[in-house]
Amino acid sequence: MRLSRDAHRLILLALPVSVFALAFFLVPLARLAIVAGQGPKGIAAYASIVTEPRHFESMLVTLGLALAVTLTALGLATVAGLFLSRHQFPGRQLAIAVLTLPLAFPGVVVGFLVIMLGGRQGLIGAITQALGGGKVVFAYSLAGLFVGYLYFSIPRVILTVMASAEKLDPALEEAARSLGASPLRVLKDVTLPGLAPGLTAAGAICFATAMGAFGTAFSLAANIDVLPMTIYTEFTLNANIAAAASLSLVLGAVTWSALFLARSLAGAPAAAAV
Amino acid sequence: MGRTTVRLIQYALTLLVGLFMVVPVVMSILAGVTQNFFVGLKSGLTLHWVGEVWRLYSETIALSMLIAICCVALTLAIGVPCAYVLAKRPGRIARAVEEVLTLPVAIPGLALALALIITWGGFRDFRTSWAFILVGHVLYTLPFMTRSVLSVLAASEMRDLEEGAASLGAGFWTRLVTVVLPNAKGGILAGALMVLTLSVGEFNLTWMLHTPETKTLPVGLADSYASMRLEIASAYTLVFFVMIVPLLVAMQAMSRTRRRAAHPEEEPLPCAPTPQPSN
Repeated sequence: MRLSRDAHRLILLALPVSVFALAFFLVPLARLAIVAGQGPKGIAAYASIVTEPRHFESMLVTLGLALAVTLTALGLATVAGLFLSRHQFPGRQLAIAVLTLPLAFPGVVVGFLVIMLGGRQGLIGAITQALGGGKVVFAYSLAGLFVGYLYFSIPRVILTVMASAEKLDPALEEAARSLGASPLRVLKDVTLPGLAPGLTAAGAICFATAMGAFGTAFSLAANIDVLPMTIYTEFTLNANIAAAASLSLVLGAVTWSALFLARSLAGAPAAAAV
Repeated sequence: MGRTTVRLIQYALTLLVGLFMVVPVVMSILAGVTQNFFVGLKSGLTLHWVGEVWRLYSETIALSMLIAICCVALTLAIGVPCAYVLAKRPGRIARAVEEVLTLPVAIPGLALALALIITWGGFRDFRTSWAFILVGHVLYTLPFMTRSVLSVLAASEMRDLEEGAASLGAGFWTRLVTVVLPNAKGGILAGALMVLTLSVGEFNLTWMLHTPETKTLPVGLADSYASMRLEIASAYTLVFFVMIVPLLVAMQAMSRTRRRAAHPEEEPLPCAPTPQPSN
């Protein structure tokens, strides 16, 4: 008797979230899927990612960019994260703060920071000019997007690497070393396999975020049409709502699959990070 | 390669990455308080640009704060009960519900905003009010609140405490208010901080959902990056940093104390999430 009354109360507690999710998430998502198939091209709009050259190109650029950013961020952050978690040195706390605080900077701000580095009045340009190499301006190109995406990806991966490295048993590396393994060998056969689940999870998040990043591309106003910018243009400039809807569903499916795949491969940590 | 060489290379690379993260921030802060950035620091320091930002954009700052506070209140009201239900009924259905609730984090903000506009855009009064932006923010931040609270509620001590209270005759609501909520305080507070931070900085959804009358701080930032001189854009960014960095520092400090409070041999909190703005 008591149990069933508790069940009723639980249903009551679950009511607000159910209503909200239904009205503002599930129904809108279903509407999006319907609208996507109601354009002039009908259901074929879903295939526009491969049939429409502009969309296909945009998809390829976005995929390439996201992959390049993910791999670079994993490489740099693994070195830095391992170093920070293993060594004590003056300024360590400061270094950790500096490397992880930008975690919650929104994409627009990151875009502006890239302009600070590589824009028309940027630092890199000023340095190359002073060195006599002419003013290097890269902020508004693919390179600018790469630098921006790298900027917001690094803190996430560093946090994951540090968390995973703390869980590794240092005795394992010590044993490998005492058996005569070179530092490179220890890294390849002991450390990296230990970090692998964390790196898979962090890599998936990097990739998904880079695929869906809009703010950075928006504030750089680059000539490169990454997929989110293409969606935005279709919606606002071309008023092609069906194309925008179908592209954003395809994009959502790609990012969700990346996260889902990583979670199946790596187990709990990926779930924790999402 | 000896161990020292390896360590030196690691050190240098860590330093470089650190410089990469910090140099543009310092530059942007300096540009916001410099008379003329093109001339450089020798043109003198000034708060003139910050004043200009206040004059031009103070409404966006106020609206962002209003939306962020409402967003925290709503995610608390909806997300905490939801986390409690999920903790009480673990199983396949709860997993599925959790999966659906986490989806808004995995789907790009642009897609969510489009879905909202297509479905609700016809309701003009709603579409043009800031409540429309608020709905987007709640949708996006709710998973962070739910997971943060759930990570505390799922701990085994919580079940013991509740069973103890029940055996002493405490009813459902008494247990919820006097046992569960006080003990979940840490998770609730961490979730609230995270939601506050994410809402203040949210751009992707907000840019699609806003109208000229409902501009938030990040929308104003994008506006100033596109149309204002570099000093004003920088001063505006500085104002944003002043708002967001204390929140971030508090969040990091909290996750540290929570980690220390947990048993050392225990796994770190199973699903304590990290905040992720959709960049």
